[in-house]
Amino acid sequence: MSRPLVRIFLDRLVAALIALCVMVAAIPVLVLLLFVVIKGLPGLLTPGFFTDPPHPQGVPGGGVLNAIIGTLEIVGMASLLAVPIGALIGVFLSEYGRNRLGDTVRFISDVLTGLPSIAFGIFGYTVVVLTTHHFSAISASVALAVLMLPVILRATESALMLVPQALREAGLALGAPSWRVTVEIVVPAALGGIVTGALLAIARAAGETAPLLFTAFGNEIVQSNPLQPMGALALTVFRNALSPYQNLQDQAWAAALLLVLLVASANILARLYVRRIQR
Amino acid sequence: MQTEIAPRPVADADAEIKLDARHVNFFYGDFQALEDASLAVQARRITALIGPSGCGKTTFLRIFNRMHDLTPSTRATGEVLLDGHNVLDPDTDVIQLRRQVGMLFQRPNPFPKSIYDNVAYGPHMLGWSKSRINDIVEQSLKDTGLWDEVQNRLRRSALNLSGGQQQRLCLARALAVEPQVILMDEPASALDPIATLRIEELMQDLKKRYTIVIVTHNMQQASRVSDFTAFMLMNQRRAGEVIEFGPTDDIFNRPKESRTEDYITGRFG
Ligand SMILES: Nc1ncnc2c1ncn2[C@@H]1O[C@H](COP(=O)(O)OP(=O)(O)OP(=O)(O)O)[C@@H](O)[C@H]1O
Ligand SMILES: [Mg+2]
Repeated sequence: MSRPLVRIFLDRLVAALIALCVMVAAIPVLVLLLFVVIKGLPGLLTPGFFTDPPHPQGVPGGGVLNAIIGTLEIVGMASLLAVPIGALIGVFLSEYGRNRLGDTVRFISDVLTGLPSIAFGIFGYTVVVLTTHHFSAISASVALAVLMLPVILRATESALMLVPQALREAGLALGAPSWRVTVEIVVPAALGGIVTGALLAIARAAGETAPLLFTAFGNEIVQSNPLQPMGALALTVFRNALSPYQNLQDQAWAAALLLVLLVASANILARLYVRRIQR
Repeated sequence: MQTEIAPRPVADADAEIKLDARHVNFFYGDFQALEDASLAVQARRITALIGPSGCGKTTFLRIFNRMHDLTPSTRATGEVLLDGHNVLDPDTDVIQLRRQVGMLFQRPNPFPKSIYDNVAYGPHMLGWSKSRINDIVEQSLKDTGLWDEVQNRLRRSALNLSGGQQQRLCLARALAVEPQVILMDEPASALDPIATLRIEELMQDLKKRYTIVIVTHNMQQASRVSDFTAFMLMNQRRAGEVIEFGPTDDIFNRPKESRTEDYITGRFG
């Protein structure tokens, strides 16, 4: 073979290998998505799925309104706790954290990231459920907030570190105190990264089951009082999938699909937002 | 042993000295970057710092408004007097100092905000009234020759401006807090010749009201724009020294030091 032919052959070979790798990575995701859509779509389109609470076994129909409200409320409260605190810690780490204290915080955050998610459930159980003697939505929110914290603070820190030093110097050279430079220049410049990190953390928390098992516990009736046990989509999937009844299993697939849609739209939202502010 | 302070660069005995650096030594950790550097900057004149790369021009300049505080484990000794007050004094209000001594950087660094907000940032921080801020924004943009170019798009992002416009915007931003001194670190090195010329013309206007210290690599630029020139060089220990300081005309045409002459005529550096 002449040299150009060898080169063309190698070129094709590498391209084919890369395509293969992409397929190996993408196929499981696509199969999973397809499976969830096929199995979940009929349940999702059942009348009452979004608007009714679960019906007692034997009564036809019924939906997952309890779980939809629960997931929104539990994750919403968790975000209210975790996003401001996580973002503040991230700002501290980036702007004032090049010291022993900063390193300690980073270390703790890395340890938290590595914990199995059921550990956060145990945390919520010990700290809130045991002290209040009650399963509750708020205990689940506390557990999820701790789970979200390291994701948010690390995302915030890296977003702030990407802000050029020259911008900080420009602000300081005008005679701005460093806290004002942080709040008025550095944080706005990094907002895209901070929001993305927060949305990814929210998406992750929405899909968690283990931290809810002995905190929110689950509730068949529609409940919005944060001090009471509450349903959640992840719990619906977990419990109904294990039940022997076909209609409950169908509901589990539908709830899983709804969860996937929620998480995916949070991700897409994050990306759209970043693209918009980067213009 | 105390060496003599560099002589006042002009015969004019009552020339007003705005910034007076005396026997300044500067250290990055253990590395001494400046040794016994002295410089008397005259008010409402342009003073240029020239010298080969690494001789400490940027380091010297950043001491004048204490920007070196931002670099960890740095240390400055000696005195830098601003209107007779030592800015190196630990009691100096750095924030106040930087409002009086503004800075223009090598690369344009506008905030990722609107054109208006860039210029208004300083005045806003000072808590000025809305109408006063509007006035100063307009005035600063006029002073930097930008007003006609941007008055219709004040609310648009500053990042869409050209490099030269961005640099003039940064200058307007610095002028808006009404400083007395403006430090410029190679302000035109990232710009094309036309934009460079704009900046140089601006400097001639600005020196009626402001004291300007400019670092430049470009000797034609130094001889074109400045009234006084300081030539710096590294000594054997790689610490920067002020070799010669005087009226620009003297430095370029009648240097007293052979090392200055060698550098000016391109024989080294
Ligand atoms: N942050 C720093 N830490 C340690 N050393 C530094 C730092 N900044 C500068 N230096 C050193 O101090 C010396 C003077 O640097 P400086 O940037 O002031 O030179 P300069 O004259 O401005 O050079 P140039 O013309 O290339 O900009 C150099 O030897 C440089 O390596
Ligand atoms: Mg320099």
